[in-house]
Amino acid sequence: MFEIFGIPSQALFGQLLIGLINGSFYALLSLGLAVIFGMLNIINFSHGAQYMLGAFAAYFLLQVAGLNYWVALVVAPIAVGFTGVVIERLFLQWLYKLDHLYGLLLTFGLALIIEGVFRNYFGSSGLPYRVPDALQGGQNLGFMFLPNYRAWVIVFSVVVCFATWFLIERTRLGANLRAATENPTLVRAFGINVPRMITLTYGFGVGLAALAGVMAAPIYNVSPQMGSDLIIIVFAVVVIGGMGSIMGAILTGFGLGVIEGLTKVFFPEASNTVIFVIMAIVLLIRPSGLFGRGT
Amino acid sequence: MLDPRTPLLSVDNLQAWYGESHILHGVAFDVFPGEVVTLLGRNGAGKTTTLKSVMGIVGRRTGSVRFENDEMIGRASNQIARAGIALCPEERGIFASLNVEENLLLPPQVRPGGLSLDQIFELFPNLRERLGSSQGTKLSGGEQQMLAIGRILRTGARLLLLDEPTEGLAPVIIQQIGKTIRTLKQQGFTILLVEQNFRFASTVADRYYVMEHGKVVHRFANSELNANLDKLHELLGV
Repeated sequence: MFEIFGIPSQALFGQLLIGLINGSFYALLSLGLAVIFGMLNIINFSHGAQYMLGAFAAYFLLQVAGLNYWVALVVAPIAVGFTGVVIERLFLQWLYKLDHLYGLLLTFGLALIIEGVFRNYFGSSGLPYRVPDALQGGQNLGFMFLPNYRAWVIVFSVVVCFATWFLIERTRLGANLRAATENPTLVRAFGINVPRMITLTYGFGVGLAALAGVMAAPIYNVSPQMGSDLIIIVFAVVVIGGMGSIMGAILTGFGLGVIEGLTKVFFPEASNTVIFVIMAIVLLIRPSGLFGRGT
Repeated sequence: MLDPRTPLLSVDNLQAWYGESHILHGVAFDVFPGEVVTLLGRNGAGKTTTLKSVMGIVGRRTGSVRFENDEMIGRASNQIARAGIALCPEERGIFASLNVEENLLLPPQVRPGGLSLDQIFELFPNLRERLGSSQGTKLSGGEQQMLAIGRILRTGARLLLLDEPTEGLAPVIIQQIGKTIRTLKQQGFTILLVEQNFRFASTVADRYYVMEHGKVVHRFANSELNANLDKLHELLGV
């Protein structure tokens, strides 16, 4: 045990860890939002509900089919991503030429319906999901105790975030996506099936939300409102990072998680508001966000 | 190989609309394999809209656009591209979020027989030097035009639609683009060119169609250019 600025190391690093965990979810969710906004021009308000669906998918896979966490990590994002594909084909594809507001209202309505249905059947107290056997226990690092599962969440989200960044910024497929974001008409006139690419992008973004949901299930309870609790903060993160910037979404997500955690140590009263204060300041100084490319 | 007397592209009674405005009123023309055909006409005559209608990227279009005897009018633009038509748009369409190499490699290969990267660099040596450049839109106007033409040569498309490739460029670059078009013609490409600059067009074109008010009003071959100069001056207002 030692102290930093009069704070015991256990408390400091404990909050830092919680900050990194929250930051992992902020990053994964705001990344999905950024990908969807970049390609579809839709502010996906059902992102929180889709994160919740991921957690419930993991829960059902375990309870009903007896399939463990590792299977859920693969199956849940694909299944929830597929529901995203259906939503895009049924509803969203008709909204691209309209004002942002329509996409926002539609996805917000979907979120309310999905959450309402789940609350009706599962209540709001939350269902437990066990940490997978391989990640039980933890490591004593001397200055703090690190649960294995939390370490896994941080490492795995960093890997997923940077794999997504690499896919979009460094591959041929990503070049197609970036080009279609800029000028979909011309990209289509080169022979690329842009509408299909848009559908799959939405499915991918929704799948990322569901993946975050599966990872969250053993940490938080699986509950219908787990998404709406989180999504407000995630939107603040997206505003701070700048809509549509991939690296911006990742760095701001982790960064703000850590800032929030440290605020809990040094000035606990502000910990719930610090992100929104930062958002207000960023909006005043750089309205397009820290990493935004302007409008 | 198609019979050289069968048109590669045959446009008939082409009508097109942007929203409520009716832009093309029954455009008709043919392009035969291996030809360079130029659409001339004043601003707003419908030349660019004609290219866009062939490519399938205007709001609404009717009539007939036959490519290699297949009807294209009902197809989406990605299917038209896959059939073997490629567009180099007037605004060049270089992507700011892509580097030069990504811009060059963006259009997918739709058929075998496109140029290799080395062949493209032979036509446009500047592009090879610029390959490592960060952003496609940081190139000079001439280099962006070369990139816009170069990238569609890889695809294997046999019909190239070039919309004012010389617009706003220095004379020395215009000469290089003229040379490129003649080289491409020798290599068997068929080119439909839109030009304001008919002096440039006369260095590359086999035949001309003159457009006015969304229709083709006059046609002649390059050998008849001198006999048509007066009429051309009248139609183009130059």
